[in-house]
Formats: sequence, C-alpha cells, structure tokens
Amino acid sequence: MRPFTLTRAASPEEAVAETGARYIAGGTNLLDLMKLGIETPARLVDISRLPLNEVEEADGGLRIGSQVPNSDLAAHDLVRTRYPLLAEALLAGASGQLRNKATTGGNLLQRTRCYYFYDSALPCNKRDPGSGCGAIGGVNRIHAILGTSDKCIATHPSDMAVAMLALDAKVETLRPGGATRTLPLAELHRLPGDTPHIDTNLKPGELITAVVLPPPPPGRQLYRKVRDRASYAFALVSVAAAIEVADGRIASARLAFGGLAHKPWRNPDVEAALVGARPDDAAFRGAAAVLLAGAEGQGGNDFKIPLLRRTLVAALRDATEGTAR
Amino acid sequence: MPLSPQVAPGGSAPADAPQRLSVTLTVNGEDHALALDSRTTLLDALRDHLHLTGAKKGCDHGQCGACTVLVEGRRINSCLALAAMHEGDAITTIEGVGTPQALHPLQAGFVRHDGYQCGYCTPGQIMSALGMVEEHRQGWPSHATGSVADRPALTREEIAERMSGNICRCAAYPNIVDAISEFAGEQPA
Ligand SMILES: Cc1cc2nc3c(=O)[nH]c(=O)nc-3n(C[C@H](O)[C@H](O)[C@H](O)COP(=O)(O)OP(=O)(O)OC[C@H]3O[C@@H](n4cnc5c(N)ncnc54)[C@H](O)[C@@H]3O)c2cc1C
Ligand code: SF4
Repeated sequence: MRPFTLTRAASPEEAVAETGARYIAGGTNLLDLMKLGIETPARLVDISRLPLNEVEEADGGLRIGSQVPNSDLAAHDLVRTRYPLLAEALLAGASGQLRNKATTGGNLLQRTRCYYFYDSALPCNKRDPGSGCGAIGGVNRIHAILGTSDKCIATHPSDMAVAMLALDAKVETLRPGGATRTLPLAELHRLPGDTPHIDTNLKPGELITAVVLPPPPPGRQLYRKVRDRASYAFALVSVAAAIEVADGRIASARLAFGGLAHKPWRNPDVEAALVGARPDDAAFRGAAAVLLAGAEGQGGNDFKIPLLRRTLVAALRDATEGTAR
Repeated sequence: MPLSPQVAPGGSAPADAPQRLSVTLTVNGEDHALALDSRTTLLDALRDHLHLTGAKKGCDHGQCGACTVLVEGRRINSCLALAAMHEGDAITTIEGVGTPQALHPLQAGFVRHDGYQCGYCTPGQIMSALGMVEEHRQGWPSHATGSVADRPALTREEIAERMSGNICRCAAYPNIVDAISEFAGEQPA
C-alpha cells in the first residue's frame, strides 16, 4: 500500500477543510482497492466518527446520516416497516461483518467490481484512462447492457443505491468552503461516456452528509436480487419495486434496477407502461420490453437480457399477487 | 483533530514517507500502546504487533471472514480496518473468549459437534457467531427472514444466511450450524 497520512475529522466542516484528501468511512471498499494499488491516496481523513450517524424522521420521511452503518439501517424499525425494500436490499448485500462497517455514504460511492478494473496488469479506462477497456471483447459476464459507451461497460455494484433510487432518495452534501446542496440520487451517479474514470457528479472534496427519503411510496415494496450464490455475492441483476394496485389496475409503479448499467437504472417509461394496466403477465412483459428496448449484450453477459425480463415479471407478480388480478 | 503522529506532519518527512502513529488499542480488556505505520490494518496490529494470531489472514480482502473480531461487541473483518481508526475501541479476539483449560460454551460446542476439519477458519467462525447471536437477540432481520418486519427465530436457514461471510474450505458447514444452533438455544432470548 502506498504510504498515506491519516487524520481524523471532528466535524464535517473540519473534514471538508482537508483539501485534496480522501475520505475513509467504513473502509471496506477503499482499503480493499488501496491494498491492490488501484487507489493511491496520499492523505486520508477518517470521517467514521463524525456525528452523522442518526436516522431521524423528517417531513414524513427519513434523514439517514452518511455514517449510519448498513446493518443498523437495515435493522431500523422505521426502515423495516415503512421502507422494507431498502431493508431487503441492504440485507441482500455483502455479509454481516461488512454491513457492520459499511456506511450509507460509502456504499453509494463504492466502485465497480469489473475484473479488469481490479487487476492492474490489465487495461482499464476507469483505472487508467486511455489504456483501453479490457472487458469489451473480453470476459464480461457481470457487465452492463444499458447505458454503455465504447470506453467502459462497467456496472455499479450497490444494492442499497438501487433501493434508494426507487424510493426517490436525495443526497445532502457539504462542500469545501461550507456550501451545502441536495441532489436527487438519480443525479449522483453518471454514465461512463468518454470519462469512465469519473463515477459520480460530486465535486472534489464534496462530503455526503445524509440521504433523505421522502414519505414511503404507496403499495407493496420488494427487492429481488439474482446472483451466482444464494448469499454473499454481488447482483447479476436486481429489481427494486413499489407497486400500488387499486380497483384491479396498477395505480402507481416505481422500479429501479441493479446490475444493468454504470449507475442504478430507472426509466420512467417502464413505470408509465404499467400505470393503468391490469396487473397481469401481458402488462409485465410489456414493461420489460420497454426497459430492454435499447439493451445490448457484450457476449458474456447476453444472458442478462432474458434473465432481467424474467426477473422483472416475477418481481411484478410478487408485488401484485392477491391484489385482485 | 490529528491522530497522534510520532513525527509532526509537515515536518521534514519527504512526500510518500510512511507516517508513524501512536495508537492505543484495548484488546481483550487490556490497553496496548503501539507505534504503528498508518497503513497497519487492525488484523496486522493484532497478529504482528500483539502476537495474537488467533484471527487469521485468509484473503486479506474481506471475503473469507477468517479475520473476524468484535469491535465494541460488533463483528467486523479486521483486515479491512485501519488500526488507527480503532483507537480506544474495545476489541475482542478469540484469545479473549476462552482458554484451552476453560473453553467458552461455543468453543466447546465446536469441539463436540466437530465444527471444523483443518481449524483455520474456526476463530473467525466463533467470533462471527458470537456477534451474530447478539445481532439476532436484538431482533435484527436477515435476507432469510420472510418479512423484514419480523423478529425471526434462529433457524438453521437463518444461521446459514447470517454466517455467509465466513467461508470454510473444508465445508464443515452442517456441523458449524449445529454448534451455533446449540449455543444460541442456550442463550436467553
Ligand atoms: C467481499 C465483499 C462483498 C460485498 N458484497 C456486496 C453486495 O453484495 N452488495 C453491495 O451493495 N455491496 C457489497 N459490497 C460492498 C460494500 O457494500 C461496500 O464496500 C461498502 O458499502 C462501502 O462503504 P464504506 O463505508 O466501507 O466505504 P469506504 O470504503 O470507506 O469508502 C468508499 C468510497 O466512498 C468515499 N466516501 C465514503 N464516505 C463518504 C462520504 N460520506 N462522502 C464522500 N465520500 C465518501 C471514500 O473516499 C471512498 O472513495 C461487498 C464488499 C466486499 C468486500
Ligand atoms: S468495463 Fe470499465 S471498469 Fe471494466 S475494464 Fe472496461 S473501462 Fe475498466
């Protein structure tokens, strides 16, 4: 590991004053990558003890401090009862030990699990801009089928972020100099385009202080994750759904997807295709067709297209079962 | 708030020079004052500096669980933690759980149920199980729980899911679950 200096911030203001340093929260992603020489920060600021570790009710929703561990969030009564899809997504990710350390902010900013990104002997535009993308034409079983570019086909690995996107979460930040801003989670992550080394729209030194959830959406919620093992594996594809059925018709639908793209994926046309329809397989397949209209396999991940279609149909069946179909 | 550097930062140290820090770790109830490179993981501090070699370095990337210890009663992978970030925290390792003469009931259970073959993953399994049983006692759900709003019983399926962060290359899983299940059954709910 490259040598670094470590300081501990006593307040968010003190943290953002450390110009040019990197934040470390749970460390479960950053230290992993530092050991491999993929991340080489010269200065780290320990933000794990910042007083940003509360889950509070706010305007009928929740404000989740960025230092709240994933395990505490999943175990929180208000999350379990009002936002069960978020608890399910958290519990479907990583392991008990990792969730105890992983934080809300760090989870959102975890980097891709692309094999080429992780192997510094191989080309990767995200790790080493201009070196090429090893995954295009290479081994790409876990890679993206939507929103790719000819520079990068990586996926964002977070389960929690997919759930929060379906819940219309917003991210609160503090910037060097003291300015704060709130941005929709949908605008946090970006597509790779020509600059895949930039994962998010945060500015240098911008600190995530909290994630805010609006009041829970109406209807039934669920998170369905498909992976290579029954536990402790990243998603191949995942679906976060909140579906309301009234008088035999879908009254509202919120759907977000993991494992498909460089960012958690949401497409309003998919939701619009469902609203007003009877909750039956024809409607579900129609929604999947809208979602997958521009999807493109890379060889190794071609299976994700039919897998996602079936997973979405199954998730929608579960979410609407027994609601007078 | 600077951590206590041994050499003041901004001094004559060249860029990229390792930073030495004074770190006090409270391990199994005892305070240890250490001078550590900032890069030292909690696992390396325990093994290489305190010679507590129960926690194992399996993968060193948070994937196998052999390095599991309790920090303030919660299980974590000590390989993905910087020692200096745990200054002042109460750390429990397998050495603080029982001794060959006076085994902890869970250790005795692993022996009785043959919860291992080579034994390499066992300290991590036991530390993880101790943390897990406490999480369950606090009513935490898991991915195996039917509805996340429920407080599930600690069935075999629940134990297997909650212990999935601990890999056993000998695949002694059925016996590990037996040992944990027996121990959890003896605990006040
Ligand atoms: C073996 C293994 C399996 C895993 N499986 C899954 C899985 O199935 N699903 C899943 O979703 N995840 C999985 N993970 C990833 C895990 O969820 C992340 O490592 C974790 O959430 C990162 O959080 P952290 O607090 O440890 O982040 P850190 O490692 O501390 O930080 C990650 C990044 O975020 C930055 N950062 C952290 N906090 C802030 C902040 N508040 N403001 C600005 N920047 C910040 C850091 O500088 C760093 O760049 C797995 C990890 C491992 C090791
Ligand atoms: S997909 Fe992206 S992360 Fe993977 S090798 Fe290509 S550029 Fe790198």
